[in-house]
Amino acid sequence: MKPARLSPSDVLRVGAAGLRSRPTRVVLSALGIAIGIATMIAVIGISSSSREQLLRQLDRLGTNLLTVSAGQTFFGEQSQLPKAAAGMVGRMDNVRSAAATGSVPDTSVRRTSHIPSAVTGGLSVQAATIPLLSTLEGGVVSGAWLNAATAREPAVVLGAKAAQRLGIAKAGVRVWIGDRWFTVVGVLGPMPLAPEVERSALIGFPAAEKYLGFDGHPTTIYERSDDAAVAAVRAALPRTVNPENPNEVEVSRPSDALEAKAAAAGAFTNLLLGLGAVALLVGGVGVANTMVISVLERRKEIGLRRSLGATRGQVRVQFLAESLLLSAMGGVAGAVLGALATAGYALSRDWPPVVPPWAIGGAVLATLLIGTIAGIYPAMRAARLSPTVALTV
Amino acid sequence: MSVIELRDVTKVYNGDVKALRGVDLTVDYGELVAIVGPSGSGKSTMLNLIGTLDRPSAGVVRIAGHDISTLNDRELSALRARHLGFVFQQFHLAPGVSALDNVADGLLYTGTPRRIRREKAAAALERVGLGHRLDHRPSQLSGGEQQRVAVARAVAGDPPLLLADEPTGNLDSASGAEVLKILGELHASGTTIAVITHDMDVAAWCPRQIRVRDGVVA
Repeated sequence: MKPARLSPSDVLRVGAAGLRSRPTRVVLSALGIAIGIATMIAVIGISSSSREQLLRQLDRLGTNLLTVSAGQTFFGEQSQLPKAAAGMVGRMDNVRSAAATGSVPDTSVRRTSHIPSAVTGGLSVQAATIPLLSTLEGGVVSGAWLNAATAREPAVVLGAKAAQRLGIAKAGVRVWIGDRWFTVVGVLGPMPLAPEVERSALIGFPAAEKYLGFDGHPTTIYERSDDAAVAAVRAALPRTVNPENPNEVEVSRPSDALEAKAAAAGAFTNLLLGLGAVALLVGGVGVANTMVISVLERRKEIGLRRSLGATRGQVRVQFLAESLLLSAMGGVAGAVLGALATAGYALSRDWPPVVPPWAIGGAVLATLLIGTIAGIYPAMRAARLSPTVALTV
Repeated sequence: MSVIELRDVTKVYNGDVKALRGVDLTVDYGELVAIVGPSGSGKSTMLNLIGTLDRPSAGVVRIAGHDISTLNDRELSALRARHLGFVFQQFHLAPGVSALDNVADGLLYTGTPRRIRREKAAAALERVGLGHRLDHRPSQLSGGEQQRVAVARAVAGDPPLLLADEPTGNLDSASGAEVLKILGELHASGTTIAVITHDMDVAAWCPRQIRVRDGVVA
């Protein structure tokens, strides 16, 4: 004589029936799992969204921009780039455009002459060549960029941060630079790859030499080349810029900083993940506890089922199914909560909300695992009960 | 052919408590018997053995021709699912579940598909006179009606043997009479019924009484 098998749908019904009769307890113990899963999904989701945002920014900005700056001499002194450096870089193979900026030392930009010159607001005054804007692929939000004519005049274009700190939104006003007025002819948009330009007041090279005593040596050269040629150009830059002392030249790639940031954002905060894992563990203990109590309270029901012909295995499966359903409910609720938290946070920061599918898959797997582990002991206890308990008054 | 056959059955608990001391008993198909005795007489132990919920310490218990000491737990479960129906003093109905589903779940372990379980459940409830209460929950039913639902659950699968443990023990006399009437009708239609009771009136109502005292059949 062989016992009949329970169909999967009957196993589900029997498992769900046990939960339906104790809704409050079920919700509370599922909540533990939900909090754990939601924490982990949100931590992974938010860091993935932040990473996605940086990667998209990187895509938009490109990784083919290199900067060359003056390094130090063998004797530890600040070296200088040759005056013709930008032109030489511009003539290199594979270089699309090149531009230079040069710091104008001991000069500050202020709203009026009444503000002491020591108050620089973190802004610098730099001479800039005309291809700078196109090399950085930047935009002008007001007015115009320097041209051959304005580059010779006391005219200035403000970087986005510089304009903001000076409280200037539009071209047309005057600012005090060095010891005379300059007219603001343009305000630039943000330039994430060149934050130093954002914080600068930019003047044409001829004007800087004429009005501010600038020595004409560039301090930074910006260069954009074909994507495939970045490595080759990078290797050739020091000798091109300063053939006599190539070692005094520093070449860097501004997008590297963004890439590092993206990588760091992807390596989500382990501490928070650990916190989620602890919450999940506590949730699992809660489920196990609920199940143990449930078995104790339902001795009669178990006895009845045994008298109706349930095998030990079928009783075990019933309580395992119940435990699995309980933690799956928590898992689903947690995944939804976590995804909502991710979406809310990402949208509030203008990031693209990203919840990686593997995180959802992992959450499902984790809840199934927890449900099984939490259910094994109570299920064994239930199955071990003697069938005669239904008859004991 | 007999549906219950006990041969020199003894049952010892914890090594020295002798609940049954050599019981011989035969119940044939179609009988309605009362197993009667005071508490502590060993009648509950007999019920556990006849219901295959427990095994004898010695002797042979044969239910519907199966020697239960030769069956493992799975086989015993299958035997209970197909050959036995239980009615308990405390009804043991699932709260919050309709009468129909309570009865239908009695067939859960027989391998019957759900649709047919519900059909058979409706028919069984009709038999116990509750055809109009299919959707009622236990809390909406009187004690007598609840016990009739439990009887319907026990007989829905047409088991050859129905075991009723103090079926009227929790009921007032009117409801008790109602339940006995149903059991009488089931017996009349051919079901073998063993009623375990300490109530002499219930025992007297049965055509045959098996008196148990101090672990032996008197």
